[in-house]
Formats: sequence, structure tokens, C-alpha cells
Amino acid sequence: MRGKVARIGLAALVIALAAMLTTRGRVGDVGAQEKAPAGAVVKIDNFSFAPAAVTVPVGTTVTWTNRDDIPHTVVSTDDVFKSKALDTDDKFSFVFSRPGTYSYFCSLHPKMTGQIIVQ
Amino acid sequence: MSQSKKDEILHDHNHDGIDRRGFLKCMAWAGTGALCVMQGGVLKSYSMSRMNEWNAAKMGGELSFAQISDSHMGFNKPANPDVAATLKAAVDKINALSAQPEFLLHTGDISHLAKPDEFDTVDQILKGAVAKDVFFVPGEHDVIGDDGQQYRDRYGKGTKGAGWYSFDKKGVHFIGLVNVVNLKAGGLGNLGGDQLDWLAADVKPLKSSTPIVVFAHIPLWSVYPEWGWGTDDSAQALSYLRKFGSVSVLNGHIHQIMQKVEGNVTFHTAMSTAFPQPQPGKADSPGPMKVPAEQLRSVLGITDVNFVRGQHALAIVDSQLG
Repeated sequence: MRGKVARIGLAALVIALAAMLTTRGRVGDVGAQEKAPAGAVVKIDNFSFAPAAVTVPVGTTVTWTNRDDIPHTVVSTDDVFKSKALDTDDKFSFVFSRPGTYSYFCSLHPKMTGQIIVQ
Repeated sequence: MSQSKKDEILHDHNHDGIDRRGFLKCMAWAGTGALCVMQGGVLKSYSMSRMNEWNAAKMGGELSFAQISDSHMGFNKPANPDVAATLKAAVDKINALSAQPEFLLHTGDISHLAKPDEFDTVDQILKGAVAKDVFFVPGEHDVIGDDGQQYRDRYGKGTKGAGWYSFDKKGVHFIGLVNVVNLKAGGLGNLGGDQLDWLAADVKPLKSSTPIVVFAHIPLWSVYPEWGWGTDDSAQALSYLRKFGSVSVLNGHIHQIMQKVEGNVTFHTAMSTAFPQPQPGKADSPGPMKVPAEQLRSVLGITDVNFVRGQHALAIVDSQLG
């Protein structure tokens, strides 16, 4: 258990460092060619979206993957996006081209909710 | 399941006529073939092993029907790679009942992904039932992608709204409700205002002595809201049924037997014919429970319901497939 926590902590640190480096790189190298924003990933596992909230830059493609043995859907509460039923290992992607907070849920199991925050 | 617990349930055949306070005990071994009888608001249970001693007229009742649920045609993962075979076994079980049910109720999740061939397969298997009439309500899996249009085209002729309806059999009023469409983010099952209005009007002209059977997919009582096992506006629906002396609510969705008695209302959920789900809160999620192949049919089953007029009696018998 402790090992898992430590790994999660380490992973978080690596992500934080990577984010800092990316930010600094952009500020420092004004003339450098900017890469297209990387995709973000949300896993559907045990009837929940993980991470439940994701913050991404404008233009990011978010991809959901269903890892449950039961189908789920990804449906925006404001009708911005709506997946078909995702069976096990099916994926759904959506490109977020405008800033905003996008709430979504599984229309089959509405207790499952998540948010994409686009900045 | 530990061997000792299994033994305790399998051999616990001596608890006849328990009172309401003891009904949890009935719940615990209902899955192995107990009979629970409602008489004047008191739930009594009998062991299946003494079935032959029962008075056929008393137990057979005036109206007999069987409930099947959650056939999930199209599901092919552990613990059940062949849900068609277990649905067939359920039909065989029903056909073998000593008192043939007059009709079947299917309380939803007919299909796993609402694919046409999944519905076709179920229809084909149900044609093997001696009882020819089957009354359906949809589960959330049956309305995937089209808010239930295909479901209604197949099963919803003569129904209202999302597919709700009522009918009468031998003086018993049956009400099929739909609580799996227009679900709200963060919410539970949902009936909606239109359906509630219809329900209020539907039961208004009925005498309070009319026995009522309500069937719907998601439980109409709060089994475990953390897993979505409940219906947001079920209390309002039940408020319209308060005047009736005998109300039985039959649900599916949770793939296991649960019972509750509240005043004149008996709530009962059925086993699935496809795969079991964990007890509330006993796993990380309500996903399919994986059991050894040889145990699978002991956690799947059918429900046989007998109504005895004049005794406020509804006999609910849950039988495993194997």
C-alpha cells in the first residue's frame, strides 16, 4: 500500500516537473516551433472516470477508454459531445477547441460524472 | 463464498413461518429456493424442501406468472461467456414449474448493447416458453443510442411515452414503468413528470382492494444509491399507491435477490439470467461478479409469483438455474 502511494507521489512529481519544463520552454524559446497540444486520456474503470477532472489547453484531443466489462457512455451535460455506447476497450475522442468547463456523465450510469476544463 | 457459509444457507431448511422482524433471514436463504408469502402484511417464509406438503390450492393461487430479468444478450465475458444458454435454462426452468405461469414479465436489460440481433436472439429463446405472453420494460442497456426507439418499436406497441403501460389479469392491476431514460448527471433512475402524471390518473379509478403489481427495471426503492441502485422520484410514484391494500414492486437491475416490506408494499428484486453482481458496497464497483464456472448457475435464476385472492397473499419463489 505504502509503495503504491509512493509511486503515485513520484508520478505526480514527474508530471509536475514536466509541466514546469514545458511552460519554461515555451516562455524561453519564443521562436521555437510549438508542438500541437498533446492528447489527454481519461480511463473508465470501476464505474468511474479517472481522472474525474482534467485541465487541458485549447485544441486538446481528450480520449476516453472503457476498461470495464460493462458498456458506458460519455455524454456532455450541455449536448456538446456524446459518444455511442463504449464496450470494453472501446475509445471515444473529442477535440476541445474552445475554452470552458465541460461537465459530462455516463447516460447509462448517471452517478458517473466528470469534467474537462479547457483553458 | 466460504464453505461454512454455503453450508449454512443450503441446509437451513427449518425456519418456517418467520415473522416480519426475521425477514432478513428469509432474504439470506431465498436464493437457495425459499418461498416468501405475504399474508396480511406479514411476510412468512417456507422452505422449498417442504413444497410437496403445501396445499396446492393455497399456494398455487388464482394467478401465476414468472419474472425473468437482465438477460444481457450479447454479454460474453467472465463469468458467463454464453448468456443464451443460461436464458434457455431459465425458460426450461419456467416450463418445468408445476403450476404453469400464465405469462412472463421481463424486467429489462433484455440486451447488452441494444443491437438488433441481441433482441432477435432473446425473442427466439422466449418462443420456447410454454407461456406465450411476455410483458417487457426496458433496462438502460435496451435504450442505448436511441433513447429506446428500437425497444418501443419491438416491444412497446400500445404503450405511452417512453414505453409505460398497465393491464389487468384476473383482477390484478399490472403497471410497467420506465425509469431508464432521460437520466440526469449525478442522479439515479428517473420516472419523470409525464409518467408520474399518467400513473396518478391510471390508478385513480381503481378500488383500494385491487391488488397492484408494479414492475420496472431499476429498483423503486433505495437499495444502494452510491451505485445508482434506486430511483430519484420513486417516492412520489409510491405515494399514488398508498391507498391500496396490496402492492408488489418487482425490479431487476441489481442481479441479486433483495426484499423489503414497507407497510402494504412488498419490494422484490430478481436474479439475472446472465451474470451476478456483488452485494451493495462489497466490491469496488457494481460490475459483473466473476464466479467459478461450476457455481454460475447457482447465482442466476427466475422468480415465480403466485397471487392468492382474499388473503393479501403474494407468494414469491426464487429459483436458481442450477
